[in-house]
Amino acid sequence: MTSKEPVTYNDDIVKFFTIATCFWGVVGMLVGVFIALQMVFPDLNIEPYLSFGRLRPLHTSAVIFAFGGNALFATSYYIVQRTCAVRLWNDSLSFFTFWGYQLFILMAALGYLLGVTQGKEYAEPEWYADLWLTIVWVSYLVVFFMTIVKRKEPHLYVANWFFLSFILTTAVLHIGNNLVIPIELMNTKSYSVPGGVQSAMIQWWYGHNAVGFFLTTGFLGMMYYFIPKRAERPVYSYRLSIVHFWSLIFIYIWAGPHHLHYTALPEWAQTLGMTFSIMLWMPSWGGMINGMMTLSGAWDKLRKDPVLQFMIVALAFYGMCTFEGPLLSIRSVNALSHYTDWTIGHVHSGALGWNGFITFGCLYYLVPKLWGHKEVYSLKLVRMHLWVGTLGIVLYIAAMWVSGIMQGLMWRSYDDMGFLNYSFVETVMAMKPFYAIRALGGVLFLAGALIMCYNFYRTVRGDVAPNEVDKEGNPRQAVNVSAQRKAVVS
Amino acid sequence: MSWMNKHVFFEKNSLALMIGIVVVVLIGGIIEVIPLFRQETVIEPVQGMRAYTPLELVGYNIYVREGCYNCHSQHIRPLRDEVTRYGHYSLAAESMYDHPFQWGSKRTGPDLSRVGGKYSDEWHKAHMIEPRDVVPESIMPSYEFMMNEGVSYHKIAKHLKALRLVGVPYTDDMVKNAVKDLKAQAVGSERADTSGLEKRYGENVNARDFDGQPNMVSEMDAMIAYLQVLGTMVDFETLPKAEDK
Repeated sequence: MTSKEPVTYNDDIVKFFTIATCFWGVVGMLVGVFIALQMVFPDLNIEPYLSFGRLRPLHTSAVIFAFGGNALFATSYYIVQRTCAVRLWNDSLSFFTFWGYQLFILMAALGYLLGVTQGKEYAEPEWYADLWLTIVWVSYLVVFFMTIVKRKEPHLYVANWFFLSFILTTAVLHIGNNLVIPIELMNTKSYSVPGGVQSAMIQWWYGHNAVGFFLTTGFLGMMYYFIPKRAERPVYSYRLSIVHFWSLIFIYIWAGPHHLHYTALPEWAQTLGMTFSIMLWMPSWGGMINGMMTLSGAWDKLRKDPVLQFMIVALAFYGMCTFEGPLLSIRSVNALSHYTDWTIGHVHSGALGWNGFITFGCLYYLVPKLWGHKEVYSLKLVRMHLWVGTLGIVLYIAAMWVSGIMQGLMWRSYDDMGFLNYSFVETVMAMKPFYAIRALGGVLFLAGALIMCYNFYRTVRGDVAPNEVDKEGNPRQAVNVSAQRKAVVS
Repeated sequence: MSWMNKHVFFEKNSLALMIGIVVVVLIGGIIEVIPLFRQETVIEPVQGMRAYTPLELVGYNIYVREGCYNCHSQHIRPLRDEVTRYGHYSLAAESMYDHPFQWGSKRTGPDLSRVGGKYSDEWHKAHMIEPRDVVPESIMPSYEFMMNEGVSYHKIAKHLKALRLVGVPYTDDMVKNAVKDLKAQAVGSERADTSGLEKRYGENVNARDFDGQPNMVSEMDAMIAYLQVLGTMVDFETLPKAEDK
């Protein structure tokens, strides 16, 4: 076999996951907008199936695991083939990971609505869904790893290190946090093996590293391929990527206990969690710097290309969020922020700004490539999406910062006599306008995602919008496939 | 630099990279998690902690099912305002029989770890049916359906057995009488024999018709029984004061 022989990549599987990403993204964001509105208009709670307590896990799981997860599958399958110069290993098993993963999402979502839950944040699916996910995830690992093993390139590209650490660690976390005893074989209900303090520590070891490995290393893998590709520049620093890769994955795993400050968790564990959370700032910024500086010598591209703008704004949010995270992990700051909406704001600056925007940027690169077109239907619509989405994020996180800090300060406010100034419900009332602003921010972000879906629909059809320029600023010829068809028919 | 050349080893040997990643990510978790299973260093023994009664356990499961933990915490931190607002800070022992813990991470509503005994059953019932009837500014969903939903208790013994497997001290006697205890607690001593229940779970057990519907054991009964016991088990009189240590 000669190395000149052309490789036919399995792009069908990437297309499937790409469509699923868009679909679940819209679903997850829609549920998010709905529960945000429930906090303004409590009558929107339709008991028992559509109450806030059941829908909130649906929202978090849908955006993290359905939207984010499908995006990671799509991009990792796309990237690993190109950087290893081989076809994805075993078509049947890779398609099993697609249908198996969608089935897991449906099982989990249906369970939440029916009240089947383990009651652990981001690990709500019950034992039967967890077992199924384990099978699917091991298949994913096998497909990915075998593709790497069969590679034609001697070196393994940096994006694949990140994807491999994401797949492996997610498996470890998933199994470690879901050790349960079902009450009987044909029953959805189970009890977790650890209880109390131990279950709290294991849950947040899991919970924080779902952020660290699912939402960080996986997405950094996306970043390490698509930013250099779109900017047509090599990665800024090979040395930095080695240093920040190993330090990131080593340090992240320790950070969980910062979710348990001032609790009954032993103080040594809290202190370790805080210390490593602060240390985490550096490797996090290592990734941001490596991504942004990839544009050095090509900054002019950022001015013209909204797809690249998406990716760089995502990195900016990543940098901001990974500065805020260590700040919030300091015990005395956490005393104020914990239990408030500040945490929610922090999470969403990461989820919407980093995970959302880097995914959008990658999809804008990926979709035209997959369906055999030079560029998306309209870069103007991409620019519009960028601004609508950014405005949505800013409204969202600013509202949550202000309301979260206000709430924390109101809780601890005393009068001259040493009595608490505010009853709890007074703090709830004070939150109301901010909840409304947050919902508006969510609506804008969702609107941006819908603009993207429309853009993709027209892209797949082969259309080009009138008066468009490409990413270099050169004019493009308008195409309207359905108008052409009509003309042929008449 | 020489170490950079050594890194090529990981880039060319995917199995080595895989093993390297697993080793590196396991270290932190092992160091933080394993020592916690030496319980005596983590959980100070206290007087009064007991496992949930069958009815309270059903309530706990409804609490989990409805996702109450998304808006209510069950952990009071040792900070001045929290102790003023909610009571004594939470002890490790108080959640030792929760599988899993329900400490929560958000207070859209108030902390519930010491809500037991603060309000009447009637208040809880009215509040759960329509929160805004009792607290006009509340944004909590209503849970009226719990009044009409009967507790399905025929599998309750299996719940106790599963919990015993993971370390909750349910005795054979408790498992055998689970259904009886559940019914007796939801009816009360006036209309049922609660002596067995009190023998097994202590004399302080709340046994009464919680929801005002004497003819059925509703989910509301279980929910209120659970809420009314939260934070009331530990006898703080016997707890050594911090300054005594």
